Amino acid sequence: MKALVCVKRVIDYNVRIRVKSDKSGVETDNVKMSMNPFDEIAVEEAVRMKEKSQIQEIVILSIGTDKSQETIRSALAMGGDRGILVKTDKEQLEPLTVGKIIKAVSDKEKPDLIILGKQAIDDDCNQTGQIVATLLEIPQATFASELKKNDDNTLEVTREVDGGLETVKVNIPCVVTTDLRLNEPRYASLPNIMKAKQKKIDVLEIGSFGIDIKDRLQVLEVNEPPDRKPGIKVDDVEALVNKLKNEAKVL
Amino acid sequence: MKVLVIIEHDNETVKQSSFSTITAAKEISDSVEAIVLGQGLDSVINELKKSDHLKKIYKIDNELFKNPLAENLSNAIQKFAEGSDYTHILSPSSTFGKNMSPKLSALMDVQQISDITKIISDDTFERPIYAGNAIAKVKSSDQMKIITVRSTCFEPCALNSSVDVESLTVNLDKNNSVSFVSYDKSKSDRPELTSAKIVISGGRGMQNGENFRLLEGIADKLGAAMGASRAAVDAGFVPNDWQVGQTGKIVAPDLYIAVGISGAIQHIAGIKDSKFIACINKDEEAPIFNFSDYGLVGDLFELLPKLEEKL
Repeated sequence: MKALVCVKRVIDYNVRIRVKSDKSGVETDNVKMSMNPFDEIAVEEAVRMKEKSQIQEIVILSIGTDKSQETIRSALAMGGDRGILVKTDKEQLEPLTVGKIIKAVSDKEKPDLIILGKQAIDDDCNQTGQIVATLLEIPQATFASELKKNDDNTLEVTREVDGGLETVKVNIPCVVTTDLRLNEPRYASLPNIMKAKQKKIDVLEIGSFGIDIKDRLQVLEVNEPPDRKPGIKVDDVEALVNKLKNEAKVL
Repeated sequence: MKVLVIIEHDNETVKQSSFSTITAAKEISDSVEAIVLGQGLDSVINELKKSDHLKKIYKIDNELFKNPLAENLSNAIQKFAEGSDYTHILSPSSTFGKNMSPKLSALMDVQQISDITKIISDDTFERPIYAGNAIAKVKSSDQMKIITVRSTCFEPCALNSSVDVESLTVNLDKNNSVSFVSYDKSKSDRPELTSAKIVISGGRGMQNGENFRLLEGIADKLGAAMGASRAAVDAGFVPNDWQVGQTGKIVAPDLYIAVGISGAIQHIAGIKDSKFIACINKDEEAPIFNFSDYGLVGDLFELLPKLEEKL
């Protein structure tokens, strides 16, 4: 089996987000960038499946500026075999565009499993995996918390849904999007980081796909979320209950 | 302008998020219709037809939709909406909507607008990005707007009407590449986290799952839902669907009580629309105090029994 793992370069999840004063977006200059944590879980899952010999080759795909090569290298250091960067100068692409490009790459690579994070922690869209599955007309299993490969060329996937866990069986090829509890990604070892530098990354220009990358959504402005009014500290349980009853009137 | 709302339900009752989505639809246009796909829909329809603001309900009762497989749902809805005069298709931004709606958008070649929290005009919306640390105002240039709605930001519609219902059939082949295996519903007699008026959550400070009993007594007295921080879920204290926060459930109750929760950004993003937040934490420097209307510093193992007694 061959896996295509899609990874996105985003602001590191530990960075405090600052909105630009001109409201055009959030500050990305001199800000630490990392692989989208949900995509990291996708890489880890593919590597674990390879270690169990369920997967023979792991291809890492990223779509972004030249700097996304670093993100691909991180994934190669975790255990990916080779990389593909679809290069663009545009800082952000919309999920529909990204989905179309992943479809085009998949048409050529013919992966059995396309695995990626359920959402990126920058735009929080939660769309790309579903779009890819739809365009390729293959089944999807989103928000996966457990993955089991059956002998009959199907995957049994446990999904985290509101109110519980749902299990679906999907034929291969399929798209899986990962949720937090699927696994805990490894740290790449130094030898593996060194080895990853030798692995091949193909760079393709986005223009070569003939896909319209124009945005459908125009960001008019980006604002800070409204602040909550500063609260008070109360001395004891009685004071707390009193405030909740008589001031907030929520009890 | 004509809006179609996709109704989430479990073949027995309508999810509250659907009623909130109807309210959002009404803010866009007076002409709002709904579609329900499922199997054995009588009780769902009886409940839904009381919804204010709906001009019409279409139902497709078919075993294909017994379980909400996104493949079947999106194909059927696309067939239904194709050639219609809908300008907007709205779904709740629950795992149901998140799973299905982007498929619909791909089928119709539309860039979906995810998880809107505010409607500015019929083509301009606000949505949180970066785990709610920034709010983007976006304008869509697509002819059709496909949208998921953060239900905690819109009140559920009132239920004083009697809406016309039309039954439709669907011509759809069974999708053999995906099948439903099982659904393990979390067992709880408490209200659902996302619709409860009061939520009480525990964090790492609870120390173990057993100690969540201390919260249970309080939840019982208040009729509250119970939640947890990601730290408590990751530590295995409680089931994962208790998780409140950006990567878990977004809640907006009248009162949110955070116990032994430090207040990581991800957690705050999931609770900050609550009307009132109260917290109990032994570390007075914990960030949760900055977001709480009422903070109580102290040992939760001492304070919780007292709180239960005073209620």
